[in-house]
Amino acid sequence: MEITLTVNGTEHTVQVEPRTLLVHVIRETLSMTGTHIGCDTSSCGACTILVNGRSAKSCTLLAVQANGAEIITVEGLATTEGLHPIQEGFHLNHALHCGFCTPGVMLRAVELLEKNPNPTEEEIRWGISGNLCRCTGYNNIVKAIQWASAKMQNKELPSTEPEFV
Amino acid sequence: MIAENFVYSAPTSLSEAISLLHEYGDDAKILAGGHSLIPMMKLRFAAPTHLIDLKDIPGLSYVREEDGYLKIGAMTREVEMEDAAVVREKYHIFGDATKLIADPQVRNFGTIGGNLAHGDAANDHPAVMIALGAEVEIASQDGKRIVPIDDFFYGFYTTAVQHGEVLTEIRLPAANGRYGTAYHKAERKAGDYATAGVAVMVQLDEQGQCLRAGIGLTNVNPLPMRASRSEAVLVGSQLTAEVIEQAAQMASEDCNPSADLRGDEDYKRHLVKVITKRMLHQAISRAKK
Repeated sequence: MEITLTVNGTEHTVQVEPRTLLVHVIRETLSMTGTHIGCDTSSCGACTILVNGRSAKSCTLLAVQANGAEIITVEGLATTEGLHPIQEGFHLNHALHCGFCTPGVMLRAVELLEKNPNPTEEEIRWGISGNLCRCTGYNNIVKAIQWASAKMQNKELPSTEPEFV
Repeated sequence: MIAENFVYSAPTSLSEAISLLHEYGDDAKILAGGHSLIPMMKLRFAAPTHLIDLKDIPGLSYVREEDGYLKIGAMTREVEMEDAAVVREKYHIFGDATKLIADPQVRNFGTIGGNLAHGDAANDHPAVMIALGAEVEIASQDGKRIVPIDDFFYGFYTTAVQHGEVLTEIRLPAANGRYGTAYHKAERKAGDYATAGVAVMVQLDEQGQCLRAGIGLTNVNPLPMRASRSEAVLVGSQLTAEVIEQAAQMASEDCNPSADLRGDEDYKRHLVKVITKRMLHQAISRAKK
């Protein structure tokens, strides 16, 4: 089947089998490997992308379901102006270690902050409950999202000094 | 993991979807959000030859009060239910339940209709709809029929939706007077299926006497279950601590949990009792507000 996807602002028309998963089109056909495959069972969130602005697990969507959709992957976050605030937040707060979960968490956080620009810590933790990280223990991820929230609202930026407990 | 191949269609009207179901026969499946079906297909537990995607059919996604009902279009996504103003204001049970269903990404795609039509007693909406006394609208070539929720679940993965039919709407009696609802499930981790879950609805009169009560249980019975004996003891009573205790005890006695990795039978019965009690208190306090 022929489908058309707009990925990070560029339109692509590709041939897929109906059973082809969206994540495979992104990674293998379009060669954008920033979107990761972790569990392949919609548990871990490493494959999270935005489909028409909604965060989605691309291992559990058929490519044909996304026909005509606007898709944003991690490759679409930064612009010529520089990093996206969420990327800056992750960078400054050391919110990643191995980095495998990072693209998915960041895209999930982008939608979370879009819907709720000033989330509480609890709302952030519920908001990223579909994304597993096996390195950081989440504290710095939460800090990174709080930092991005402040940055996106032109508020005073929280400290990025590490906390030693 | 890759599913077996199939033919995909995305009809743009309900009648087209129904005629495709007839044309393709028994091995055609309806695709809603896909977040139960696609994982099963990837594991090859399901291998439909045809998938009929409902996403391009207009008019299947809505949440509105009308004619004394809250009407929910079958293709309404969990997130749309979570965000709907009328639900946030009056039907708190959906806020309780949707927050505990899978995770935000899955809720962006999973649908209320799909959650019911999947026919899994581990899903959360079946118990919620039992507590709320819902009815399900099913469309076929012969028109539409209404099935009460108590007649909807036939068995594991089987429901009243027959071949050639499409679940189109879920409707429940609108919140009326002193009406309170609540849902909770015990889960091992965010997004897990329930170890045990309890949905409660109560309606009180001005004196605090219980006029209507509904209790639905998640994942402690082969089918989504109504705790009928518990409901009977509540209706007409003053909902004292003793009555609530008795209703919770009955729910724990009447369910039929099976031992699995989430816990043994006794533990699950205990959870049913504790959660029923808590949800009754929660629903009553919401009804009194």
